[in-house]
Amino acid sequence: MQWDLPCGVFFDNYADDIALCRTKAQKFLLISFFAFLFVLPLLISDRWLSRLVLIGINIVSLHGLNLLTGMCGQISLGHAGFMAVGGYASAILCNMGLPFWIVFPAAGLVSGLFGLAFGLPSLRVKGFYLAMATLAAQFLVTWLILQAYKITGGADGLSVPRPIIGRMTLMSNKSYYYLVATVTCLVTFFAYNLARTKTGRAFVAVRDNDLAAEVMGICLWKTKLVAFFVGCIFAGWGGALLVHYYRFASPEQFTLMDSIMYLGMLIVGGMGSTLGPIFGAAFFKLVEECNMIIVSILAKWFPAAAPQLPASIGLIGYALIVGLFLVFEPRGLAHRWTIVKNYYRLWPFSYW
Amino acid sequence: MVSLLQLVCAGLANGVTYAVAALGFVIIYKCSRVFNIAQGHFVMLGGYFAYTFLSLCNLSVWTAIVAATATGLMLGLVIQRIAMRPMIGQPLLAAIMMTIVIGMVMEGSATLAWGGKYAVYHGTFGGASISLGQLSLPEELVAQLIISLLTVIVFSLFFQHTKIGLAMRATAEDEQVAQSCGIKVNLVYGLAWMIAGATGAIAGLVLGEVCGASPSLSEIGMKAFAVALVGGLESIPGVLVAGLTIGISEIIASTYLDPLLPTGGGLASVFPYLVMMIVLTFKPYGFFGLERIERI
Repeated sequence: MQWDLPCGVFFDNYADDIALCRTKAQKFLLISFFAFLFVLPLLISDRWLSRLVLIGINIVSLHGLNLLTGMCGQISLGHAGFMAVGGYASAILCNMGLPFWIVFPAAGLVSGLFGLAFGLPSLRVKGFYLAMATLAAQFLVTWLILQAYKITGGADGLSVPRPIIGRMTLMSNKSYYYLVATVTCLVTFFAYNLARTKTGRAFVAVRDNDLAAEVMGICLWKTKLVAFFVGCIFAGWGGALLVHYYRFASPEQFTLMDSIMYLGMLIVGGMGSTLGPIFGAAFFKLVEECNMIIVSILAKWFPAAAPQLPASIGLIGYALIVGLFLVFEPRGLAHRWTIVKNYYRLWPFSYW
Repeated sequence: MVSLLQLVCAGLANGVTYAVAALGFVIIYKCSRVFNIAQGHFVMLGGYFAYTFLSLCNLSVWTAIVAATATGLMLGLVIQRIAMRPMIGQPLLAAIMMTIVIGMVMEGSATLAWGGKYAVYHGTFGGASISLGQLSLPEELVAQLIISLLTVIVFSLFFQHTKIGLAMRATAEDEQVAQSCGIKVNLVYGLAWMIAGATGAIAGLVLGEVCGASPSLSEIGMKAFAVALVGGLESIPGVLVAGLTIGISEIIASTYLDPLLPTGGGLASVFPYLVMMIVLTFKPYGFFGLERIERI
């Protein structure tokens, strides 16, 4: 293994060619990144840590949306609904006294199966019809949560314990950060690898032209359902991490606006790229922070409008950012990052 | 029996109102193949416009309708010019996302302008009831029915019988051919969005009178999607049929099934989607939609 890639392909076996880390530099960077993630909680304040936790949770569920919408092209307007299923499943199972290491995968599974049920229309309908089916899923989930108030607490919400792993209760932000960081890294690793497998390639083929994909021998219904299943498992995990973090689950955490926001994050980050969710989640957290500053300034100038400022400026700000990205950089931050990387790689020469 | 008839009348009025909202959606889809997810937000803004005109400016009902329609037309035009024009030639997903963005901006602006409050102008259509045999229909219901029905008729006639309506239908068929025949496609797109804005505003005015204008009025407006899909995306008569189906079945379901449910309610908010899912399972292109034969 070398430090830098030579100009040309000099791998002499397949294992080297498809390896995740193909040079020493990459290996070094990856290991130092993990080390950095590990020591990070010791360096920053609790407030920043909680932001990082929320970014991590968003990354997990965005990976699901990215598989479903970005790679497989099945627009989902109900992602927050799928998250709610996972979150509530995890909350209810945890309240029944099951250990977290069983609850967490089970929550993903429940959410995945639920997504599968709403993915079934994707066999017959596509595009906007499917988007509406997922929108229906969003409304139905909220409604079901409100109806089954004996189990879910309805509109009052449900209190959820922090997860207990072994003998340790993850009460502090720090310990919860390690859980979220581990899950985020594993999910990212899985999503990255899935994109390189036969199934991942099939996703892209179905997105680009499902008819052509079918003619070329891709089983459409299997591919679409796998996308729904895996995407919703990730969504469920994201939801589970979210409710355990807030120690509270309510329908307010999973509204239609949240679903739309996740689509926006994905667009800003870059659809169909594993880096997209990471960039999108981090960028939107940044925007949120900027928003708070802007709102506090505006509230001083226009005291009359102060109560409604946070909600409205937040919405308008997000919308404008997503709109600008759609017009000027539809491929998102991930594409910008590729350009920067290529520039660095070819540096004295400007062409590529 | 009388109570059932009464319910059917209420459902009829609701259904025609949904059809009005869905009409704008269908017209945009027909002309430009764009799914306007902001249609529900047009409805929400319509409610707030109506509140402003009726309650704050004290206009009469008919003036308020004209004013709301005019505002809706302008809003549609501005949105098409600023936001949707750069999306011509972009992938479909980008255009749909742009309409979502528009919806978010509209919701944010409405919250900013009207404070996100629950604006009530109930009773402006009259509070008395008209008795018809054994039926007694509230005046607001009759007004809702009349206004919505008139809107559907006016815009359908416009679409079917005017020259510009013909141009819109031609663009719906094939925009390149239409362009080479001398039809200004840009104008047609602008007009489609104007109609969507106007129908949304009228639907919002009517719905807002019954249930109050608030940011969550957009979720009631979103039932227009279910209506459009059940009717078939390309069909204007389909919109009316589907609107009536959904309006009536929704109100009957929520009256007879709600008491059976644990929290005793809320079925009205999901029933249109249930109908939509069932219809889509058996007829993927709705009642009157064109079954597309795809080629590679």
